[in-house]
Amino acid sequence: MTYSVTEPTKRQKWFAGTLVILYAIITILPLAWIMMTGFKTPPDSISYPPKVYFEPSLEGYVNLFTTRTRVSQETLENLPPPQNFAEEIVRNRGMVIAGPSKFGQRFLNSVIIGFGSTFLSIFLGTLAAYAFSRFKIPLADDLLFFILSTRMMPPIAVAIPIFLMYRKLGLSDTHLGMILLYTGVNISLAVWLLKGFIDEIPREYEEAALIDGYTRFQAFYKIVLPQAATGIASTAIFCLIFAWNEYAFAVLLTSGTAQTAPPFIPTIIGVGGLDWPAVAAGATIFLLPVMIFTILLRKHLLRGITFGAVRK
Amino acid sequence: MSDKTINRVAKATPRRLARKVRGLSDRAITWIFVGPTIFLLLAINIFPLIWTINLSFTNFKANRINRAVDYIGLRNYERILTDGDIWLSMQATAHFLFWTIFFQVLIGFTLAWLINRKFKGNDIWTTIIVLPMMLSPAVVGNFWTFLYQPQIGLFNYVVAFFTGADPSSFEMLGSVDLAPWSIVIVDTWMWTPFVMLICLAGLRSIPDYIYEAAEVDRASKLRQFFTITIPMVMPFLMLAVLFRGIENFKMFDLVVQLTGGGPGSTTELASINLKREAFEKWRTGYSSAFAIILFVTVFGLASIYVKALNKVKER
Repeated sequence: MTYSVTEPTKRQKWFAGTLVILYAIITILPLAWIMMTGFKTPPDSISYPPKVYFEPSLEGYVNLFTTRTRVSQETLENLPPPQNFAEEIVRNRGMVIAGPSKFGQRFLNSVIIGFGSTFLSIFLGTLAAYAFSRFKIPLADDLLFFILSTRMMPPIAVAIPIFLMYRKLGLSDTHLGMILLYTGVNISLAVWLLKGFIDEIPREYEEAALIDGYTRFQAFYKIVLPQAATGIASTAIFCLIFAWNEYAFAVLLTSGTAQTAPPFIPTIIGVGGLDWPAVAAGATIFLLPVMIFTILLRKHLLRGITFGAVRK
Repeated sequence: MSDKTINRVAKATPRRLARKVRGLSDRAITWIFVGPTIFLLLAINIFPLIWTINLSFTNFKANRINRAVDYIGLRNYERILTDGDIWLSMQATAHFLFWTIFFQVLIGFTLAWLINRKFKGNDIWTTIIVLPMMLSPAVVGNFWTFLYQPQIGLFNYVVAFFTGADPSSFEMLGSVDLAPWSIVIVDTWMWTPFVMLICLAGLRSIPDYIYEAAEVDRASKLRQFFTITIPMVMPFLMLAVLFRGIENFKMFDLVVQLTGGGPGSTTELASINLKREAFEKWRTGYSSAFAIILFVTVFGLASIYVKALNKVKER
């Protein structure tokens, strides 16, 4: 092997590797702990010292998806035998399942609002980004900066008039209202990222197509769109994650029908403040998709979080 | 070239036919494509902003719509600038902003520098380190309250394990001294990878030949670090600080879930204070003025900073 001054020595690599792995383990510990807590029983979750070895239980997940009522020992004994594992777990605590909890509904709201606003942001964002990338637009740079600057406003600052506006238009606590709102927030990200991706597609392709008799619009969707597919997909995932994670607007503008999971999960803990496994189960179900997407996205991650300012 | 050809063809053909041949004109397409986005931004961002400015000169209360609204000039602004609570929350924000950026830059840069030693499997570990950054801050804040529980929480247990203190002897979220640090710790845990990724991009952008040339000139490794590595990474680092600065100035969800601004008002950051004024005390006019002040501050500071950033880039 040739000697290189920029290649770190074996010892340096070993040293760097150890420190980084140590940091990674420390950083992943809280996440691992939450996922573990989801599989503990409530007494195990609050035991001291914290339990690393424990008998896994689905009680947290059962509690997350059901509401339960306490019944007397007598009624419990007179009930027919439990139909499934969930009933068995609940009855061991001297309770019966009263019905499904709101979690499923809240999770579904997150999915509907997340996908709805992502679709809309990508649809509008791709069109705008194409125009910014290919056509001469008067004051284009100012317009682009204006689009970005809308991100600097604290969400609470915009929330006051939006709260009043939505109340007047009847959009408070509706899916449509939240989809429009998140689209308005995400579109700046979508335009900036997509413009970067479309800028990288050579113009010559479209020009050739135009000479071949395609209209501008045909050239756009037959030539540019397929080329930008990867960029569009990763931008979509970013929009989805931001909408999925959003809390401030959700907590101020929704309370029931359209409430998403982030404002709901903290309320799972209940009055007693002891049902940590259910909270942990809810957090796990809610966070896991994002972790998977992050791993899939890792190549474009930097670009997404810096609005395309750093492209690697 | 081709544009010219098309234009020539277009001029030669009658207008109606040209339309059919070329479809819509580029200008028409531009407005059709950009229009909806601009409209949405106006409706969701600009119109509300103008409304907030308008409200900030009134004594409007959103929970009493039927009350007469009076324009009271600059009185809201005057009251805010002399309000002790507001200044306390600005101080809490400054503390949070300074220390989160300090730790994130320090740890983030170190990690990036270490990862850039290209040890085996570095990309797998990088991906793991990055995970917290993409999670929902509200949910993260919520589960950290569990980790911070005095007796049963993992954080207290680990700290106690290494220091020998009693795990129930300190309350990270309940004590006036520790609470401001507990939010710094969680934010640092969550966002250090962001700074790390940007620094890593900076380090990887430095071409090898610069170091090789320095080696030929017999510059020491330390010297190389301070005269090549640091200056070349600087623009990237400054960009990371800009992003973190703006985000943490607006910080709401994570801290509201962690401490709710307490104990007392020790962790009541600007946004949390604003939410309390606007949606609990319902002082809509007053809080609108506060919102405008916050927005102008972020925008002003960010503009000055971007100018400085561009100067560093040019060097």
